[in-house]
Amino acid sequence: MSRIALRAFAVLLLIGVAVVAWLAWPAQPIAVPPATVAADLRDPNTIERGRYLSVLGNCQACHTPRGGEPFAGGYALPTPFGTVYGSNLTPSESGLGPWSADDFWRAMHHGQGPDGRWLNPAFPYNNTTQVTREDSDALYAYFRSLPPVDTPVPPHDIRWPYNTQLALKAWRTLYFKAGPEEPPTSAARAPEMLRGAYLVNGLGHCSACHVPRDALGGQGDMLGLSGGLIPMQRWYAPSLLDPAEAGLQDWSVDEIVALFKDGRARDALVSGPMAEVVQHSTQHWAPADLRAMASYLQQLPKPPASRSENPPAADGRALSVGGKRYEQHCAQCHGNQGEGITSQGATAYPALAGNRAVTMASPANLVQIVLNGGFGPATEGHPRPFGMPPFVLQLNDQELADVLTYVRTQWGNQAPPVSALDVQQLRGPLGR
Amino acid sequence: MTLFSRLTLPPHWRPSLLLALACVGLPAAAQPPTFEDTMAQRMVACTACHGNQGRAAPDGYYPRLAGKPAGYLYNQLLHFRDGRRTYRLMTQMVDPLSDAYLLEIAEHFAAMDVPYPAPAKAQATPQELQRGEQLALHGDAARRLPACVACHGAALTGVQPATPGLLGLPRDYLNAQLGAWRTGQRKAHAPDCMADIAQRLDIRDIAAVSAWLSTQRLPANTHAVAPGAAPLPLQCGSAMPPKGGRP
Repeated sequence: MSRIALRAFAVLLLIGVAVVAWLAWPAQPIAVPPATVAADLRDPNTIERGRYLSVLGNCQACHTPRGGEPFAGGYALPTPFGTVYGSNLTPSESGLGPWSADDFWRAMHHGQGPDGRWLNPAFPYNNTTQVTREDSDALYAYFRSLPPVDTPVPPHDIRWPYNTQLALKAWRTLYFKAGPEEPPTSAARAPEMLRGAYLVNGLGHCSACHVPRDALGGQGDMLGLSGGLIPMQRWYAPSLLDPAEAGLQDWSVDEIVALFKDGRARDALVSGPMAEVVQHSTQHWAPADLRAMASYLQQLPKPPASRSENPPAADGRALSVGGKRYEQHCAQCHGNQGEGITSQGATAYPALAGNRAVTMASPANLVQIVLNGGFGPATEGHPRPFGMPPFVLQLNDQELADVLTYVRTQWGNQAPPVSALDVQQLRGPLGR
Repeated sequence: MTLFSRLTLPPHWRPSLLLALACVGLPAAAQPPTFEDTMAQRMVACTACHGNQGRAAPDGYYPRLAGKPAGYLYNQLLHFRDGRRTYRLMTQMVDPLSDAYLLEIAEHFAAMDVPYPAPAKAQATPQELQRGEQLALHGDAARRLPACVACHGAALTGVQPATPGLLGLPRDYLNAQLGAWRTGQRKAHAPDCMADIAQRLDIRDIAAVSAWLSTQRLPANTHAVAPGAAPLPLQCGSAMPPKGGRP
């Protein structure tokens, strides 16, 4: 080996060692400046505002176990790297008891615990970093006001090396961008638009599901909304930019508000993980916040090239068999022409013709809906939803693929066929 | 690594899954021929498995809902939602629904007054049936086992507002429920009397009592009766109306 090559190798090795040493260096808690306006943490108005902010953030979804005490932690969130357990946010010894408001802000803004340990990004700190100090303090005040609960929360069950501080630091070096220290202001944007952006990117943490993720569970722009498969759940969070998916550019603000308030608008019904969001979070939002979010989502830029290529044709066998199954299992409610059924002027069973959930490139949600059936969220505006039977025990992968291929190619729908392999992967080994 | 999610199946649910799969296909959803804006129409998601009008599927695993006390049905919906009972399909069905709608669903099926099927033919020895009858009608004082009739009604047709009847149910279902109670997979509101009882039962007791119950013909009056004056032999959190008043 030549001397030059040897030197180059030595330099590279040194750089490599330096990078690993930097990643592995124990982190100190990041110094946080004191709040400019000291919040009165016992003020009932502050506490109530914090409660409302926790609804905006749907914090209970991951911090309250099924049937358990509110915010007591222990909810198991599966990730591709292992199971993460939502932490205890009540003011107990194992919860936020020992935390100061500064500690809470450090976690929200920097994704770091009071002892300097990096937090697992299952906590969407790319979003919470957008939250203002004032809101962070109000949330803290609310959590401090809860009855303390000390039910033990299991430690995260994450595979090596993802469970190491080194891996978490590497992850945040690649993907984390701290938000502004001060609330954003702009003369160029209306306050409502600023509020909408703040809700969508901050507590609403829409991008936590709607961002496409790479193999390490990150993406260059962690606030992106161009759509992605939700890890482990096998539901696809559609693009909020693309009008062929869930882009809302062609909807009126009132319609968008109705979707988040009632779980139903135009001919759309929310389902799957979004039904949970509507049920526990958005249906309880203040009208002004719903309008701000709707206005912001409505003006998101459309992607340059929407999907327009002709999809591959479905084979005749799938269409013929799928058509028979459609007639047998689906037509009763969704109509012979996929026209759906409306009752009292609103959707009872959604139309499948021209339905974006049917024609999206990813068949994931269609597969989940047909496998599991179920109800949309019961909301004030739609308190008694109609249900769909589950077909998980009735249709095998091929049968399901055939009927989905049929609905994706009829009545003007032009979407790619679905294969039995697609269904098998989405059903998953434990998917029943 | 555990891979729990609301859409995956934890290993301890596999027995119930196998039972469910063992049922040879579900009957097609018995839907009304034309759309009507009714509760029955809203409930096709339920009747697909639980049978038309909630009469139970002929294959045995999905139990009858029709005519069970509304308080009992409502409690079960809450149990599935809050994790005291675990069957993934049921949990994700009830998850997005409000308490008020769950109560309406419970009342809908409770109001279904439809005939029961003929009892199953006995697949048990006479000794087993005798043991089952003994436990159901008299209990076993030495082992602090109250009789089924002490809480579920003298005719075992249930007691208002929230104690179910025990007749007209398949033996597999009874075995599965008593087994789940014994292992802690099925729970009820505390104090959980059925858990206490099931834990005092051994496998042979369960087989005997399920054999006897599943082979009994229903009496002429199949309805749940009003609560009697005698106190219950055990404290039962689920015998009372659930929190919030109704039913």
